Amino acid sequence: MSGSKITADLTILVIDENAIRASIIEEGLADAGHCKVTVIHEVNGVARLIETLQPDVIIIDIESPNRDMMEHMFQLTRSVSRPIAMFVDRSDTASIEAAVDAGVSAYIVDGLKKERVKPILDMAVSRFNAFSRLQRELAEARNALEERKIIERAKGILMKMRGLSEEEAFALLRQSAMNEKKKIADIAQSVVTAAGLLL
Amino acid sequence: MSEMFSMSAIGSVAAPPRVGREQKALRAGFIPLMDASILIVAAELGFADKEGLRLDLVRDVSWANVRDRLAFRQFDIAHMLSPMPVASMLGLGSNPSPTITPFSLGRGGNAITLSARIFERMQALTALPDDASALANAQALASVLLDMRARGEAAPTLGMTYPFSSHNYEFRYWLAAGGIDPDRDVKLVVVPPPLTSDALAAGAIDGFCVGAPWNMVASERGTGRIVAAKQDIWPLAPEKVIGLRPDWAEANADTVSRLIVALDRAARWCDEAGNHDQLAEILSSAPYIQAPRDIIRRVLNGEFNLDAQGNKRIIPDYFLFHRGAANYPRPEQALWIYSQMMRWGQAFFSEEDRAHAESAYRPDLYRNALGAEASVPDAAEEAAMLSNFMDGQVFDPAHMQAYVAGFQVKTDAAPPLTAHDA
Repeated sequence: MSGSKITADLTILVIDENAIRASIIEEGLADAGHCKVTVIHEVNGVARLIETLQPDVIIIDIESPNRDMMEHMFQLTRSVSRPIAMFVDRSDTASIEAAVDAGVSAYIVDGLKKERVKPILDMAVSRFNAFSRLQRELAEARNALEERKIIERAKGILMKMRGLSEEEAFALLRQSAMNEKKKIADIAQSVVTAAGLLL
Repeated sequence: MSEMFSMSAIGSVAAPPRVGREQKALRAGFIPLMDASILIVAAELGFADKEGLRLDLVRDVSWANVRDRLAFRQFDIAHMLSPMPVASMLGLGSNPSPTITPFSLGRGGNAITLSARIFERMQALTALPDDASALANAQALASVLLDMRARGEAAPTLGMTYPFSSHNYEFRYWLAAGGIDPDRDVKLVVVPPPLTSDALAAGAIDGFCVGAPWNMVASERGTGRIVAAKQDIWPLAPEKVIGLRPDWAEANADTVSRLIVALDRAARWCDEAGNHDQLAEILSSAPYIQAPRDIIRRVLNGEFNLDAQGNKRIIPDYFLFHRGAANYPRPEQALWIYSQMMRWGQAFFSEEDRAHAESAYRPDLYRNALGAEASVPDAAEEAAMLSNFMDGQVFDPAHMQAYVAGFQVKTDAAPPLTAHDA
């Protein structure tokens, strides 16, 4: 990766309860030439880890209520120079918004130049977004599968009860959906529910 | 038009009205706790609407997030711990950004709970009565700690919410009043409030100081015993406040005034005992607090089940939403917070920092918005309040260093934590 050599010596700690997302970030960091990356999934014992590891950058997801625990630790720990929260450059509102929207926060050890940290934060943001997209797609795929199953069951019920062919049953579902301005899957669900009550 | 009318009725507003150009839809960050009641009610029951404002409440999970999202303009206003604006003005914490408060969200709501296991040892060792005072409880804990040390047991771990929290300072105050050094004799950790009851049950912590309703939740489960309420430690102690960015407040002076009026009306509503059934209903509904409605209702009454054996205690005004000038942001409270930051090594004294700390609380904005309707503390009450501490100390804002030096238990000679540039 071009330009990665400048930042490759940084020690990075990733704290994320979501193991899959953490590994996506780890991979991204590795691709960018970072080899000093530690990933943990829970914050127990993190104080000692930070003391021994002395990370330059700490990446943590903002949905974690444990951020307050980190704040407390930074107040207590005098052996580590105190990290500052997240934002490399306060005036860089676009990066800030992107990071918060993506749900990622970073602590950056004081004195680290912003040019060195920005690519890491940008990478974390894009990986966080990629992970959300992945999850959304997975949820959509799951939904689609569920919907198909429901439609199949509704078709079966209509075929049996009304003596329709498969095509006719589907056409009836589609027509009802159009008339009622609903999704076919919703109509199918109603048919399945009604059949459950009636039969 | 009705908003305009109410504006003229509430008297002078500092900045010339720039109605129409100011922001009217406000994103308000909050943490689901009972002391967010005023903000929630202002949004839910139309008090904000009446002032021509829309409050979009955004739930968050950590105070660090609330702080950052306010600083980075994702929130316009925020439900905050009362020490947070003070810390911000002093440049403390990992992302200090100027923050002020023109409105306090009331007093009360905190308590200290110890595990049933520790409390039983306190009773066995010191013949502690069931109705022991907060100070007697702290002294009994000190005896247990000595006993534990003699037996080679590890020091207990106690939970609070945030380094710059009322809970941190109140817990430390209570421990120290009993002769316990909070940094040496116990281990203070941060535990998110909704997790405290489970953490206590699992033995991960031996006690905690958090807001309502989590103390009650633990005591009703029988895993914890409430040993002190905020009122026992210092009745005037501020709890949560509304935080704003000073530049935003300046650019939206009319909106800030309207907001204060809306919050004032909501606070008066919350204070009426006759509204508490409805308040408990609202608070226990889905987006807010995930705790049983009847517990929330009893907490509003100040009815405490101290433990699972049926020991009860009623704390009058456990929640004060409005009365006693509870919404007035008193600079003395900001200074008391600063004194505790000094006491525990988070800050050092300087006249400059004293001015910074004081500037976090803005009674001028409160008075301007409410005019004749402002609930302002009277001098006699104020003086009495500054002396109602559990250890008999009297807070003298004019002599901060002497006040801090007068405490037996405090952090000694720790190097000051340097402030980061904002």
